[in-house]
Amino acid sequence: MLGLDKKDFRLLLIVLIITMLAPFILNPFPEGSGLAQFNAGYPDLMQRFVIFGIFAIGFNILFGLTGYLSFGHAAFLGVGSYAAIWMMKLVTLNVIPAIILGVIIAGLFALAVGFISLRRSGIYFSILTLAFAQMSYALAYSVLTPITGGETGLQIKSTDSPLLSNLADGEIGRANLFGMDMRAGFDISMGDWLFTINAGYYIAAVFMIIAFYLSIRIFRSPFGTMLRAVKSNQTRMYYTGLNARPYTLAAFVISGMYAGLAGGLLVAMDTQAGPERMFWTASGEVVLMTILGGAGTLIGPVLGSGAIKYMENILSKINKDILHEWFAFMPDGLEDFVITLVYPFIGKGWHLTLGLIFMAVVIFLPGGLVEGGQRIGRLLRGKKANPDDEKATQSTPAE
Amino acid sequence: MGILEVKNVNKRFGGLQALGDVNLSVAENTCHAIIGPNGAGKSTLLNCLIGKLIPDTGSVMFDGQSVLGRKPYQINQMGISRVFQTPEIFGDLSVLENMMIPIFAKRDGAFRMHALAQATKEKDIVEQAEHMLESLNLADARHDHAAAMSRGNKRRLEIGMCLAQNPRLLLLDEPTAGMARADTNNTIDLLKQIKDERDITICIIEHDMHVVFSLAERITVLAQGTPLVEDTPDKIKGHPKVREAYLGESA
Amino acid sequence: MEAIILQVLNGLDKGSAYALIALGLTLIFGTLGVVNFAHGALFMIGAFCAVTLSRILTLSRTVVDETQTDFLGNPLEVQVPYVYDWFGQATGDAIIDWAVPLSILFAIPVMMLIGVIMERGLIKHFYNRPHADQILVTFGLAIVLQEIIKFYYGANPIPTPAPDAFRGSLDFGAMMGLDPNVVIYPYWRIIYFAFAAVIIGAVFAFLQFTTFGMVVRAGMADRETVQLLGINIDRRFTIMFGLAAAVAGLAGVMYTPINSPNYHMGMDFLVLSFVVVVVGGMGSLPGAVLAGFLLGILESFASMREVLEILPGINQIIIYLVAIIILLTRPRGLMGRKGVMED
Repeated sequence: MLGLDKKDFRLLLIVLIITMLAPFILNPFPEGSGLAQFNAGYPDLMQRFVIFGIFAIGFNILFGLTGYLSFGHAAFLGVGSYAAIWMMKLVTLNVIPAIILGVIIAGLFALAVGFISLRRSGIYFSILTLAFAQMSYALAYSVLTPITGGETGLQIKSTDSPLLSNLADGEIGRANLFGMDMRAGFDISMGDWLFTINAGYYIAAVFMIIAFYLSIRIFRSPFGTMLRAVKSNQTRMYYTGLNARPYTLAAFVISGMYAGLAGGLLVAMDTQAGPERMFWTASGEVVLMTILGGAGTLIGPVLGSGAIKYMENILSKINKDILHEWFAFMPDGLEDFVITLVYPFIGKGWHLTLGLIFMAVVIFLPGGLVEGGQRIGRLLRGKKANPDDEKATQSTPAE
Repeated sequence: MGILEVKNVNKRFGGLQALGDVNLSVAENTCHAIIGPNGAGKSTLLNCLIGKLIPDTGSVMFDGQSVLGRKPYQINQMGISRVFQTPEIFGDLSVLENMMIPIFAKRDGAFRMHALAQATKEKDIVEQAEHMLESLNLADARHDHAAAMSRGNKRRLEIGMCLAQNPRLLLLDEPTAGMARADTNNTIDLLKQIKDERDITICIIEHDMHVVFSLAERITVLAQGTPLVEDTPDKIKGHPKVREAYLGESA
Repeated sequence: MEAIILQVLNGLDKGSAYALIALGLTLIFGTLGVVNFAHGALFMIGAFCAVTLSRILTLSRTVVDETQTDFLGNPLEVQVPYVYDWFGQATGDAIIDWAVPLSILFAIPVMMLIGVIMERGLIKHFYNRPHADQILVTFGLAIVLQEIIKFYYGANPIPTPAPDAFRGSLDFGAMMGLDPNVVIYPYWRIIYFAFAAVIIGAVFAFLQFTTFGMVVRAGMADRETVQLLGINIDRRFTIMFGLAAAVAGLAGVMYTPINSPNYHMGMDFLVLSFVVVVVGGMGSLPGAVLAGFLLGILESFASMREVLEILPGINQIIIYLVAIIILLTRPRGLMGRKGVMED
């Protein structure tokens, strides 16, 4: 189906179903219950899940397949954001042209950066990309302020009147898709449960499904095979009559365009862009997402970005009072002790948890969550159950 | 005129004259061996043939065209394939994928975006690769990781990957180095079979006399960067100069 | 003329910090072959050693002072640092005032210990893994370390002043026979530069003149051969890691009066230090030092008003720009050795 293997098609279908039902799946706890804070089914967070999923899927095409570790990918996301917001400020509030422009500009920028950075490999490549991203950040922050809005960034203001949108004087434009407001939506109330259906999320989700589908195609294509060959043995590649450079550059540009798409979508959702999106910690974040989920696997980056964005939003909201509520059943002394132990890892300290999990993954589970899932699956099925199965997962690591 | 013509090639590394006035002519569809004691300049010569080193003076012509200054992938596209001392294969990929890559390269050239086609649905390529694997007796391992194979099988795969491109010249750099006797004999048989079945020129650099005398039709003896003698195996065996320079020590 | 001298001087202190961090990075890279993204965190921890010591020294007990009263006439509660009790008020004040220099003594063992634990506990297991894995795991470690510091010390910068004696500035221009008050330079920055020079000199002397250093240098050049000689190079490399950690830590301790330490200062410096290492040449110690000072001074020149008028914003990107040009034209950096990270 759709040019995919049965297995890949099934995976695509699962991702499709989960993303379409996400507002329900992510809100498993009734409103007002103590566990409601673990609900992730609100539009803002769900949009982030899918947008950063796109970002990580794209990063994975570069890092997962070719092994080139870019530490500056956020620059492309940032450039895409700036391009998109200008499109919306000047031309039209429809998000499609903005996103398209974001993808194109990010792709061109990636072409330039990649052309230079890919002359070197290994750690030098990482540092070159890092240098380019930091340069972009510094420029966006200072000299390019007329274009980037400097520290405050760019927003759609009441003074903007895009050419193709008829706005009343002083009206602040809102992003839309052929007239449908990104913030449009409705609530469904079922008993104690409350589900929010939001236009912006579904638009972003459709983009992610398309992005995911394209990444499967790329993974399974001769082009994808060549990219894995680059990672595996460049010497043999050259002596087989293949030139590795255009392959890596193509992968770099494609992943830059994915980043631009993510940047454009971010703008479509919140109609703002700022330099902090290009800071190198943002580049580090997409590395974390990809590795955490499982680099070189299809679904890994999506899982990884979901896990990190969930932690960022949910874990960071837990505070001491909530902990006291949870551990109230314990005797007082023990309760305080447990809370002291747990406290550094939650709330503002969620980065600590993230760092520890990330280290654990790199050390013990280089294949990320996907490998973890496979291991657990194997354990459950019993070790001897199916020796062929292991072979299959080995030769097709891209699941 | 041979298919490979090396003329007056000199190469110095600092004070060391690695190659001095090397002249070599490899006739088409023959198996030509280059032998010599350690440090005779065999590897340097090979590196000059495949674009890794550029000689200080002299020319290297393949089928009337100079190979000097070309990149390895361009030299490959001229019809020269190289087998390395330690097998260079795509260890992270499956055996079948390993075999498909050179076929893709042959069909599509140095770079082509096939980002949306499905590799496993490229029927003619998969068929060719499967066929090649069968002739190498590697068909059973087609879905294994290439890195997991034995050294002998890696060597077979590497040679097969070279042959899949129908090269006109196959360069082998000590193809049996570090191999067990059985694997060595297997490799010799494979190369013999290739020689019989195909119109191909083989140029082999080798230490192992057993391999050389089983395969070569002509032998060049290299000593201290200069060709000492070039002749048929029978003549080389009895040649006093060779005995003195080389065989005398090892035989 | 004045402007040039001023910019060179301004570049020296930042250059010193770059050079010290890059030196440690290169030591670790050259000896262990590990790309350490947590090295900036070591710099930051060093700075917090100074914060910690000054907090320890000001630990106080509360006493009621009958001689002082608030406006209601009640006796005041005052904080009396324990050091007063032990050394008397005058000496106690002096000790508190000199907290930052004293932290050097405190930081050396602490940083050595942290370095050795890091190497034995984590880095050791990554010698044979790809560089990408090393980058990733040390990147994770850097996050963990900085979050721990953030948890205990908060997110805000903590001012940690230099001793009174070194506050104020030296009128360098007047000394050189130029107009007074044009080229002035804070005392502490002079000290920082001198300190950095001493540390760098000490590290080089250690590597040059001791047997230990000789073995390490040999190991940097060719690890396998040294191991063949039956020398246990691993243990020495562990110590080198501790040493590199101490160098980074000391750079951090002394930097606190120049910039109040915060938890992310390490990462800020790390990115630039990596660039410095690459410009200097991976694996070259003199290259790291040279590039550190060079880039520090270059950055300070780029922030001159005259330059900024022609090339606005150049001060923000000059280091990266230089790094990109160097990497593309001299792939091994200024003084890189053949065979080190050639891939």
